[in-house]
Order: sequence, then C-alpha cells, then structure tokens
Amino acid sequence: MKSVALHLGVLVLLVVAQFLLPSYHANNLSRILVLAVFAMGYNIAFGYSGLLSLGHALLFAAGMYGAGMLVHHAGTAALLALLIGTLAGGIMATLVGLLALRTAGVSFMIVTLMFAQVGFLTILYFNGVTGGDEGIALTAPERQFIGLDLTQDAPRFWVALVLFVIALAANLALVRSRFGRVMLAMRENEERSRMLGFNPYVVKLQILVISGLFSGAAGAAYALLFGYIGGSFASVQYSILPMLYVLLGGAATVLGPLLGAGLMFYLIDFASGLTSAYLMVVGAALVALVLFAPKGILGTIRERWLPWLP
Amino acid sequence: MTTKDRNAFAPSRRAVLAGMGAGLLATTGLVRPVMAQGAPLKLGFQLHATGIGASYGRWYQRTADAAAKMINDMGGIGGRPIELIYEDDGTDPKRGAEVVDKMANQHGCELILGTLFSHVVMGSAPRAGELKIPYLVCSEGYHVASGALNRWTLQPGITDVRSQISAMAPWVAANLGKKVTMVFPDYAFGHDHRDFFTAAMKAQGGEVIAQIAIPPTETSFTQYLPQIPAETEVLYHVMVGPGVLTFVKELGEFYGPGNGPKLFGFIDSLEAVDIATPGLEFLEGSHFWEAHNRVKPADAGEHEAAYRAAVGVDDNGASVADATDVSTYSHMFSTWETLFFIKQAMEAAGYTGPADRQKLVETMEGISDLPYGIERPQGAKVFNGKTHQVFGTQTISQVQGGKLVKVHQTSMADGAYDDAVDYTTMSF
Repeated sequence: MKSVALHLGVLVLLVVAQFLLPSYHANNLSRILVLAVFAMGYNIAFGYSGLLSLGHALLFAAGMYGAGMLVHHAGTAALLALLIGTLAGGIMATLVGLLALRTAGVSFMIVTLMFAQVGFLTILYFNGVTGGDEGIALTAPERQFIGLDLTQDAPRFWVALVLFVIALAANLALVRSRFGRVMLAMRENEERSRMLGFNPYVVKLQILVISGLFSGAAGAAYALLFGYIGGSFASVQYSILPMLYVLLGGAATVLGPLLGAGLMFYLIDFASGLTSAYLMVVGAALVALVLFAPKGILGTIRERWLPWLP
Repeated sequence: MTTKDRNAFAPSRRAVLAGMGAGLLATTGLVRPVMAQGAPLKLGFQLHATGIGASYGRWYQRTADAAAKMINDMGGIGGRPIELIYEDDGTDPKRGAEVVDKMANQHGCELILGTLFSHVVMGSAPRAGELKIPYLVCSEGYHVASGALNRWTLQPGITDVRSQISAMAPWVAANLGKKVTMVFPDYAFGHDHRDFFTAAMKAQGGEVIAQIAIPPTETSFTQYLPQIPAETEVLYHVMVGPGVLTFVKELGEFYGPGNGPKLFGFIDSLEAVDIATPGLEFLEGSHFWEAHNRVKPADAGEHEAAYRAAVGVDDNGASVADATDVSTYSHMFSTWETLFFIKQAMEAAGYTGPADRQKLVETMEGISDLPYGIERPQGAKVFNGKTHQVFGTQTISQVQGGKLVKVHQTSMADGAYDDAVDYTTMSF
C-alpha cells in the first residue's frame, strides 16, 4: 500500500510540475521521462537480474529506427510506429540474447557491446535509408499521434507521461510478481535457481526481451517526440548512460531510473554551464556515489530507512 | 510650510495629465522600441566546446567573439549591443536539441547560430522549428539546401559541401588527371564526397575508377591501399579525424617518396593541424581544397589583415599567441559572416524582439548579393533565399615547403547546382 501511494504521489508531482515549471524545464521533464523508461528497461536486466549489458543502445536504436523509419519512409501512423518500434526492441533483444546469453559476466558485457557496435556500424553503412551519422529529421506531419501534435510541448509531455505511467506500472507489477522473484533469484544465485527447476537461459532470455521492449518503446518514443533519429543514439554512449542512470538512482528500485535520469540530466546541464570539463564533474559525482552510496540513492534509502521500497 | 513649499511637492494638473499620458503610452507598448534601445540582443551560440568538434569549437568561439566585438564597436545591431550566449552541445545531437531549448527558453536568445557538425544540426533543427526561432548554422553540410530541414534553418555564412566538391572537379580534371580513385570515410560525410565528386568529374569528362570506403572504426589503412588501381592519376582523399595522420604516413610508405598518383584532398582532415607535422611529409606537392586560405596569399583581399588581427591569427593561420595553435581557418569565417548577415537582416527587418522572428526570416530570404568587405572576409557571396544556402568561391592550395600556397580560385559558377527545395513555400 505504501509503495502504491508513493508511486501515485510521484505521478501527481510530475503532473503538477508540468504546470509549474518554466518551459525549458517542463520540456526537459518530457525527455527525462522517456530516458527513465529506457533506464527502467536496463534496470530490469541489470538491477533486478544481474545481466550487465553494454549493448542496450542497440535496443534503444531498434525502437528509434523501427518507428522513425516507418513514419518517415512508409508514412505509417505514429501510434502503429510506436508499437512496432517497441516490438523491434523486443525482437532485437531476442536475437542478441539467443547468442549473448550463452556467455556470462565479462564475456556477456563484451558480446553485447560487440552486437551494439555491429548495429551502430550497420546504421552508418546503410545511410541511404537510415540517414547514417547525420540522421533524419522527422517532419511535423510525421509526428501526428492519434490527433496530438507532438511538435508542441504540452501534447509531447502528456504522451511521455502516459508512456512512463505504463512502464512504471508494468515495472512495478513485474517486480512484485512471481517472475520478479525469479529475476532476483537469477541475480543472487543462478545455480540454486537451476536446482529449483528454472532454466536460467530461458529465464534470462525472457528478462532480456522484456528489457528490450522497454528500451524499444523509449527509443520509438524519443524519435516521435523529439523528431530526430540518428546513428549516435546507437553508439556506446547510449549503452553507458542507462547504466549510469540506474547506478545513480538505485539499481533494483522502481523509481531509481527516474531519479537517476533526472539527476544525471541536470548534473550535465548544470556542470556544462560552469566548465567545459563537465564530464570530470560527472565522474567525480559518480566516484562519490560509489564511495558513499554504492547502492545508489534509492538503494541506500531502502537499505537504511525504507525497506519496503520496491 | 509656505504655499511655495507645497507647490514644490504637489504636482500640477498639467504634470499629472502628462504623466498619465506617458504611462498610457508605456503600457500600450508604443514606446517599447525606444526603451529597448541599449538593451543587449542575446544571440545563442551552439558551441562544440567538447566532443569530436572541440578543435573547431575553440576557433569558432574566438572568431564569433571577434565579430561580436567589431559589431558592437560599430554600434551594435539597430543601436543595441549584442551578447553571445554560448552553450556546449558536446558535438552531440541529443544535447544539441537540449541547448537549443535552453538558449531559447531559459536565456531568452533572439536566435541561435554557430553549429558545425551535421548530425548536431539535424538533431537540433526540429527543436528550433518547434520553437519558431531562427537557426543559422555554420556547418557546410548539404542538409539545408537538400530540403531536409525547415523554414527556420538557414546557412548564410558558408558554402555547402555539394557546391564545394563540385567546384573542385574542373580544376582537378584539367590539371591533375581524369582517372580518379576516391578514398573516403564510409559514412554520410564521405558519401557526399563520393556521390557529388563522381558526378562532377563525369561532367568534366573524367572518371572515378575506384571508390574505396574506409569504415569509421578503422585505425590502419594498409589493407585498403592495394585496392588503388595502378592506372590512377589522382587520389582523392578525405579522412576526417585523427586517422588522417596514419593514412598519409601509410600512403607514403606504400608508394615511397616521390611516387604514386597525384594527391587531392579536403583540408577538413587537417584543420587545426600543422601541415609541417612529422609524418605528413608525403603531402608535399599535393593539393587541397580550402575555403579560406590558412596561409595569407599574396593576392589576399584588402580586409584580410584586419580580419586576421581581429581574430588573433597570424599570416600562417596560427594563433598570434601560440604558433602551434593552428586555426580551423577554412571554416571559422562562417561564424563571422553569419553574425554580420544577422546584423544586416535584423536592421533591414527593423527587428525589435521575438515577435519579429518570422519577419526576420522572410527578410533573410529576400537577401541575395553579399559583396566582399570586412563583413565577408572570405569573399563575396550570393544567398539563395529559396534553398536557405549561401554560395561563394573556393580555392585550391598546394603544399609547398610544408605550407599551403594558394594556386587557384574557383568561380561561383563552378559550384552551382539546381535548387532542390523552395523553403519559401513552406509554412512557418
């Protein structure tokens, strides 16, 4: 009950913030919500299940290109493109998982990284269709979403919020379900889980597919909401970012991705206004996090004060 | 208190009426232009301060600062001084769109300028269009003139890469050879060179006999060099990034000193790099495209010296404070010329604030001839209001004694091509 109230409270705060915040920050909130969905997907794989992937940029890009190229080249309706983009993330995760999950640990990191690089280079190679490194700017008619004009700030926020609410509810339901317990079991002791009758390969593949659906949905939404698809979103940077969001906010916490994405966004926004060496500031903040709150902000809060926090 | 004293503090009926009239005028906004005089015009500059474009960004900032100082010394724009607000985009399209938002909505900038890298332009232009804020890029990419962007995005300070490449073909065919092998990075920038130069050479009666695409992650080029056909007369190379140093060194080892085809390249690869750097000796005698000659040519225009002095560049194209700090001379003039274009357009439009942004773009679209002067030290230009793209002359330089020496200047006709878009028919 407490956790449901907490999450509802966060949603109310987000709605209120949209009305109270100045335009710049209100629009940032839309970006943060979409990035938080991406981080939730990463959190399901890494935070809850211990699958340390360095290839989630590929899943994000699968969604982004799945949706963006459909609306741009085929004139597909934005809602259908969003759904197909989401599925593209899941399908890509399936393909990667079928091979990558034959490995574990550091090998899994390297294999997922390699797959992501292949995806990145493929986007550059087929630049006649994908736009390559330059990317493609989506036009206003391509960004009409069930009657909503996504080039306008308010509809963009509401669509981002609805996506976030769906993702949050799904995430919460997932981690409180029986399968959520199995995810934790895989992370904590894979061999014991196997002895209990679970097939780690199948379970981890299912986890990765769910993670891919979240990532794909985020990528597709990012394309439609912000009007651009480009190869840089498939680069390794976008595999690292969701990891940082999760680590900062708190791995294996439902609200950690939102908190981490928001804090990281504003840490970069604030620090880049002070110095061109802003990545050093980000790095120092992460080092401090590892030293003083290794479980992330919400992870530490859960450990010390709120053990019921999901 | 005497009557005289009371009158000193109590306003007369006439004074009260005059005050009310002034107040009414002020509240209706009729006196706003007068009040606005002297208030700085904030111009947002999307800067590549970090990321792959940082060496360009450093010089773009210096050049823009120098131009802003000169404009302010000339009385500003419409009597108002300008203030450049820099935001680092990290040479990243995602961050690029965010800083467009920040400069427009948080800093209250009148417009945004300065972006170089194409992917940042492509990622940022949609947001500029949503905010209905003029977005003047200094990118040289073909993305503006191709029609891929929107009515709020213009490129008035530098010729686009399609025109640059096309302008090279007549001279290359006439002076270096007609059988060309191209070596280029295997992504959009390289593909622009591949497609436009191949077509331009064909129009000159030449032929591109081999196209060798180098994957962007490649660090060594030895495996590609044997693919260069023996009958190659000209090796056209464009390798943006640090890979160019390795490429030239390996090319020299492959052919040996004084051997091999004639080389023609784009200076983009070697902007901010000293041509006399050890390892680049094989470039001696080769030719390069330059938009603006790094080494001051003998026939430099009358404003060249003043421009170099204002930016702080010596006659070799390096910083006057540090001879090892080589400029990005063939690109950075675009920020200077864009700022003077903004001045010209704002004054012609009678620009007073954001409500005049649409009128400002329409005024820009109406500008055509941009004559040579201190406002355009790179040379005279013609702005095409339909395609939102400016066109100017280009130069070809030869490496002589480790320095780039101008040997040819193209005409504007050399780089002409048919319009691919008419932005003026698009809605705002």
